[in-house]
Amino acid sequence: MSSLAKPAPVEAEEPVVAFRDVTVSFDGNPVLKDVSFSVGPRETRVLLGPAGVGKSVLLKTANGLVRPDSGSVFLLGEDISHLRESALFPLRLRTGMVFQEGALFDSLSVRDNVAYQLIQERVPDEEIDERVREALRFVGLEATFSLYPGSLSGGMRRRVAIARALIRQPELLLYDSPTGGLDPVTSTTIIELIVKQRDFYRTPSIMVTHRLQDAFTLCTHRFDSEADGMVLLPKGEVDANTTFLMLNLGKVSFDGSLHDLVRSTDPFVREFLD
Amino acid sequence: MALATIDRTAKQFVLTVQDFTLFGFRAVSNLFSRPIYWSDFVLQGDIIGVGSGMIVLFAGFFTGGVLAVQSAATLASFGATAVTGRFVSMSMIRELGAVLTGIMVSGRNASSMASELGSMVVTEQIDAMRALGVDPMRKLVTPRIVATVVTLFFLTIIADFCGILGGAAVTVLMNHQNGTQYFSQAYEFLHYPDILQGLVKPLVFGFIIANVGCFYGMRTTGGTEGVGRSTISAVVFASVLIIFVDLLISTIMVSIFR
Repeated sequence: MSSLAKPAPVEAEEPVVAFRDVTVSFDGNPVLKDVSFSVGPRETRVLLGPAGVGKSVLLKTANGLVRPDSGSVFLLGEDISHLRESALFPLRLRTGMVFQEGALFDSLSVRDNVAYQLIQERVPDEEIDERVREALRFVGLEATFSLYPGSLSGGMRRRVAIARALIRQPELLLYDSPTGGLDPVTSTTIIELIVKQRDFYRTPSIMVTHRLQDAFTLCTHRFDSEADGMVLLPKGEVDANTTFLMLNLGKVSFDGSLHDLVRSTDPFVREFLD
Repeated sequence: MALATIDRTAKQFVLTVQDFTLFGFRAVSNLFSRPIYWSDFVLQGDIIGVGSGMIVLFAGFFTGGVLAVQSAATLASFGATAVTGRFVSMSMIRELGAVLTGIMVSGRNASSMASELGSMVVTEQIDAMRALGVDPMRKLVTPRIVATVVTLFFLTIIADFCGILGGAAVTVLMNHQNGTQYFSQAYEFLHYPDILQGLVKPLVFGFIIANVGCFYGMRTTGGTEGVGRSTISAVVFASVLIIFVDLLISTIMVSIFR
């Protein structure tokens, strides 16, 4: 069955997402200023920064939910900065996004939430059920198939949201503070899922977080299928495809590996790390 | 300072009117391209039309009854109680059926549309829908507008019918007049322009109710408090706009069919 087990298609080595001098403002107040960075195939980028610096706006700009005032955003090889909304939908179908609070549709069951895209595409019910069960099994929530979001805990909602983002085997995953507001144990479960997704499918992704612990866990762990959990990488090793971006007052103040991050002399980075 | 405030308010007003018009235009133009979510049209038709059936039925019946009570009392002083049926049917069909139904449906559905869509906006469900490759205008707004226009048309006919029945009940049971006379008066003096006037209005009112409800819902900001604000604004604006547009349509129709 394994529709989920197929690896995400990888284009040549061109970036999956690229920002070129992107500026975004609301009511004249700039939120992002001349932001440039890119996400390569198989790369996981952790977007760090304190609350209110524009991390979520950056994530929403990556798939066209927010339009830049200037600069260019390339998504899956296409410049989306000036694309019409209707032209963006086919591109968004190729991406998956996990929102801060899950953003599940209250009036739909877990099955219908996870299968939302498949239902719109009129996929046969039997195939939908099969694929939804598989996606829910991936996040360890198969038992919630018929439940409604209102009866799920915060952590379970995020896991269902991850299942919804994964069901169509996206070519890019966007996580908006997936552990925000959760207790440490549940946060670890969510990060473990992200590590599992990263190591299983190697789907390029951007993860927004203000929790350093989550970012470091992502970088220093790998998913062990035999143990069915994440394990610490040997001392001194980090996941080479997981790199960091740090935003401060709408600008990129750091872009590099964990190694570079911990050795950065930038006062803002140091203050954030300390 | 005061001039700047007036300037800003005027600009804001013009901008809102422009957004409102474009919003309605986009919602309607979605009917001419794919995808069209037919199942949502039926679902919304059920929620808006069938769900509002009872309140419209009772409101129509009692309004017709009140009209009969009031008109009979006035007409009695001229010895013209025999024309109560004509008075009730004209009032219901030309005016009250459409306006009352519009205001009842606005109170029930413009508010629910604004609060439902507003809640979806503040909980990022609208963004999630866009991120999942589905256009919220097509999926949520267009079906609501079409369903409201279609169902309000039939709800108005039900309200007219029930109003005339209510008037008949009062005329026969309370005023002890002849029922046949009431219905013949109600029917004979009714002309096509009267019916046309009464049936054009719900089409326009339906568009106003759904467009206002969805417009305020989709523009919601400021969390749950914002949802409350949007809901109030939608009901108030839709109700006032219905009465204003009723005046416009009545003036135009009366001048055409003078």
